[in-house]
Amino acid sequence: MSSDLLRYILRRLVQLVLVIFVAVSVNFLIPRLLPGDPVATLIARMQTAGGNQSIDIAAISASYYEKYGLDQPILSQYLNYWGDLFRLDLGVSFANFPEKVTNMILRALPWSVGLLSAATLFSFFVGSWLGARLAWPGAGRVIRTTVPALMVLAAIPFYLLAIILVYIFAVELRWFPPAGGVETTRIMRFEIPTLLDVLHHAVLPFSAIALGNIGFWALGMRSQTVSILGEDYITFAESKGLAPRRVFFWYGIRNAFLPQITALALSLGAVVSGAILVEVIFNYPGLGTLLYTAIRGQDYYVIQGVVLVLIVSLAVMLFVVDLIYPLLDPRIRR
Amino acid sequence: MTDAAAANRASRRKASRVDGTLVAGLALLGLIALISILGPLLSEPSLADVGAVRPRRPPSPDFWLGTDAQGRDMLTLMLNATPNTLKMGLIAGMIGVGFGTLIGLISGQFGGWIDTVISVISDSLMTVPAIAILVIIAGNVSEMTTLIMALVVASLSWMFTARTVRAQVLTVKERGYVEVARVNGEGPMEILFREVMPNVAPYILASFVGTVSAAILATIGLEALGLGAQNELTLGNTIYWAQQSSAVLRGFWWWWAPPIVIIAVIFVGLFLTSVGFDRFANPRLGRE
Repeated sequence: MSSDLLRYILRRLVQLVLVIFVAVSVNFLIPRLLPGDPVATLIARMQTAGGNQSIDIAAISASYYEKYGLDQPILSQYLNYWGDLFRLDLGVSFANFPEKVTNMILRALPWSVGLLSAATLFSFFVGSWLGARLAWPGAGRVIRTTVPALMVLAAIPFYLLAIILVYIFAVELRWFPPAGGVETTRIMRFEIPTLLDVLHHAVLPFSAIALGNIGFWALGMRSQTVSILGEDYITFAESKGLAPRRVFFWYGIRNAFLPQITALALSLGAVVSGAILVEVIFNYPGLGTLLYTAIRGQDYYVIQGVVLVLIVSLAVMLFVVDLIYPLLDPRIRR
Repeated sequence: MTDAAAANRASRRKASRVDGTLVAGLALLGLIALISILGPLLSEPSLADVGAVRPRRPPSPDFWLGTDAQGRDMLTLMLNATPNTLKMGLIAGMIGVGFGTLIGLISGQFGGWIDTVISVISDSLMTVPAIAILVIIAGNVSEMTTLIMALVVASLSWMFTARTVRAQVLTVKERGYVEVARVNGEGPMEILFREVMPNVAPYILASFVGTVSAAILATIGLEALGLGAQNELTLGNTIYWAQQSSAVLRGFWWWWAPPIVIIAVIFVGLFLTSVGFDRFANPRLGRE
């Protein structure tokens, strides 16, 4: 391993630690920067929000004071906060007192991870392939007309596409359910009908994210491929008499694809931001809907917990992508 | 005909389409600008007050775009919400680009540890899901106003500009004319503003389009989550209320469709403009 590679990994590691550190600190500091007693403010806000009168205000505020340790100096509060995080203790929900935030997040996480990873990987690979085909000489008519249309579609925020999809396919045509992750009456067990039900509910949210993203990846891949078309090694491969397919896949796509992986790492944050809103539109039982419900109910610990999980998991994912990258591009290893 | 010749012809066809893209983008944005300027003048703002008209009416000769569940005329709402949304995006975009330019100039010009620190921070921020941080800030502000909203959004939209400007400063810095200026005794500040700045300007302009579009995206996203300035008429707030009242499921298409169409026109306009501008500014892209 060369020293350059070591420096590269070290730099990414510093970035990872920095993101986590800043995210945690911001989460800790912002409520404290505001004037007044945060607990009193929160309780007052909750009472004015009304509705849930049965909640035990005293128990909540006691747990809050204990949690924050508001009588202690700020530095030890901060250290306590880190300690809690290492024990995966994200506090207790207001709206569903005394449900643990960690449990709520763990329940929502599989839904979000499943939907988002499937939709993102699908649009990433399909989009990249379409973009490469569009740039390569001899693209068919279908590709030449649909791909630019998809690119324009990608400019529109994809949660708005979600609304349109709900209207067409759930309200008018009634092909797919308009909301939820699974039939409300279904008992979750690992069996075929449950799986089909889950897939049936996932079709529309998946399509919204995919439709909104394919064009983005196609656009990036197209410009990468265009710049690679002028390279000497392509001309050389062609003049060697290699089959066009072979030139396309092993000389074209293989080289144009690398910057796409960097782009994937950089745009995951934006994809997650959009997916949160898509979940809200579909009332999908993932992190986005959890966050939205928490915002609506001023359920502060839940908001904080979800945001933290989003930032940290994304940072870890990027770190992994960055570690994989040198394996794909031998030039970086040197 | 060889593949190279085909590629050449294809790119020449593309080159002639360049202007079309830019023109189409600018036309769409011009349409939106026209609505924004004329809309508030031509409409009667009181029709957008809650309870001004009969609620939940479909489009009719009286109310061209119908009315929402709170008894507001949708047409008036749209005519006033469009400029507000644009204003927010422009303010946030300008702050973001201004700050990003400054940071990028400093980073590129001075290099060293300042550059390293700035790069690590901006790279890190770029990878964070913006909405997560925005939610935390917006949720803790006691009363959301347009200006706070713009500042909040701008705080997370300067990185792209900073990156672009930094990269350009690094290449411009090594050019001969900068060397000549340095030998002639110009100070670092003079070099920065008289030699480097004018050459970086087109890139700043290009990143402005992207930043405004990102700012509008973030603003609408926050508003759709119910974290916007509640008393402002904006496109995002309209979507929030439509969503709150299950307008989609109840078939009130005239409630959610107009804001979506306007937002789509804005984003497609910005997208076409930036693609067109990109090819216009870097002719090399189309000539390959």
